[in-house]
Amino acid sequence: MGNRQKTKAARRGLGQNRMALWSLAFIILVSLGGLLAPLLSPYSPGGLEEKRLLERPSWSHWMGTDGLGRDLLTRVLYGARVSIAVGIGTASIALIVGTLYGLISGYVGGRLDNALMRIVDTFYGLPDLLIFVLLSLVFGRNIGGILIALGLVTWGRFARISRGQVLQVREFIYIEGARAIGASHVRILLRHILPNILGPLLVTLTFSIPTAILAESTLSFIGLGINDPYSEWGTSWGTLAQDGWRALRTYPHIILFPGLAIFLTILAFNSLGNGLREVLDPKGK
Amino acid sequence: MARFLLRRLLHGLVVLWVVATLTFILMRVIPGGPFDREQRLPPQVLANIAAKYHLDQPWWTQYVRYLKQISRGDLGPSFKYLDRGVNEIIRDTLPVSMLLGLFALAFALLCSFPLALLAAYRHNSWTDRWAMVLATLGISLPNFILGALLIWLFALQLGWFQAGRWGEWRSAVLPTITLGAAPAAYLSHLLRSSLLETLGEDFIRTARAKGLKEATVLFKHALRNSLIPVLTVMGPLLAALVTGSFVVEYVFAIPGMGRFFITAVTDRDYSMIMGVTLVYTALLVAANGLVDLCYSLVDPRVKAH
Repeated sequence: MGNRQKTKAARRGLGQNRMALWSLAFIILVSLGGLLAPLLSPYSPGGLEEKRLLERPSWSHWMGTDGLGRDLLTRVLYGARVSIAVGIGTASIALIVGTLYGLISGYVGGRLDNALMRIVDTFYGLPDLLIFVLLSLVFGRNIGGILIALGLVTWGRFARISRGQVLQVREFIYIEGARAIGASHVRILLRHILPNILGPLLVTLTFSIPTAILAESTLSFIGLGINDPYSEWGTSWGTLAQDGWRALRTYPHIILFPGLAIFLTILAFNSLGNGLREVLDPKGK
Repeated sequence: MARFLLRRLLHGLVVLWVVATLTFILMRVIPGGPFDREQRLPPQVLANIAAKYHLDQPWWTQYVRYLKQISRGDLGPSFKYLDRGVNEIIRDTLPVSMLLGLFALAFALLCSFPLALLAAYRHNSWTDRWAMVLATLGISLPNFILGALLIWLFALQLGWFQAGRWGEWRSAVLPTITLGAAPAAYLSHLLRSSLLETLGEDFIRTARAKGLKEATVLFKHALRNSLIPVLTVMGPLLAALVTGSFVVEYVFAIPGMGRFFITAVTDRDYSMIMGVTLVYTALLVAANGLVDLCYSLVDPRVKAH
């Protein structure tokens, strides 16, 4: 099957998976909500209203207000920026670094492959959340630092997957054909091998995004995450949940909404990943 | 077998060395130190403290000293708790974390096996669909949210269980569920697809054609041959249980090692951070080794090599 037909088939397959489609719609909605937060909300995320502290949801404040009288819906909308940026940013960094690593390792093979995979194996099965905490201290507790730290923890997965795929693909006849007509190694890697292993990589990418979102919000929840109160990015959902956690006994709505936001976003990415996997990588189930 | 064990041991030591070196470097690179206060201490005092913890020496001397020290099994003095060593703190807190992890693992196994068996056996039925919906929800629910939800519902509203404190069974139920839910969901998913694949194999049809009992077919023939993927993820899964525990310990105020890790990071307690990271790594290396050993038990074709 040609690549275009494959894409078509994939689109059709995904089109039949209602859950995956709804998830995609939800992800787009959340991303737009984060992007357009200043237009959507009449409140500012830091706007204090000292007369309206800890209000329950109402028509003027759909999700209620927090302990400083800030509108919770606005804060959740702005928080989407952090989560989506961390999710997609981390996954992209890990994808690029890991895929290049795996491509080279699998394509060159031999001793280099052995050595490179040893390194990945050593990092596999380390307490990655702990390492992530330590790395984020080094690179700074802001969005950029979190992205690099998380990327460093997750790239190994992409390296393993892409290497495994290369090992299969490079034995195909058309690779030999490409080599026979004098294609360079770079060309073979980028034009002939990479396009044919995109499916499993895309699936891995989709599953890495919720993992990153979960890691970032967990860290923010325990107070070790993004610590950048003046950032225009907004406050992490994990930090919002932490605010709500302290008021759980008396004002459970404050944790409810950020918690739901995290849960639903992760759920959406996982369902989308499941849908993509069924279509693109039926064997990888 | 002896060679296999020896190689695993060597590999484990390398991993520990890498982690020790990595944390050592990270601790030196991170801005801010354990003795930074809002009010600056007099330089003489700082110099004395630095001398006491050997922080005044060049980094390579510190590094060699550190490696020597941990190879004796001594994790050094805590920078924060002046009267206690890191070893002592870990001795007090590690059993709590391990117990919680084991409870959660048991919970995950006890939930996922029946669920997966049921779902695979009744493939495409409503039972199957609902089991998988439940599993997907479980995978996506962060444990701190689940913990808060459980505390709110079962401790604050219904008063059935305790949240916080540690020491009797009533206080262990909610943390166990919180920590075990995601692994349970993940395992159910995995075991179900593995079972479905196995149930479609020829030898299952043969077993049925021979007139074996359904239970024998399911448990002896199908289940046993579906365990390999489950074992493969046991390593990462144990990692998730171990590292996940520090969030759960935080939420439920359990006096485990994870809570100390969090405070150690906030306090920049170098030796404590390095000690806890090393112990966690050692646990994981041991767990992964155990998983590899189990392979050969489940599947005789996999010789431990």
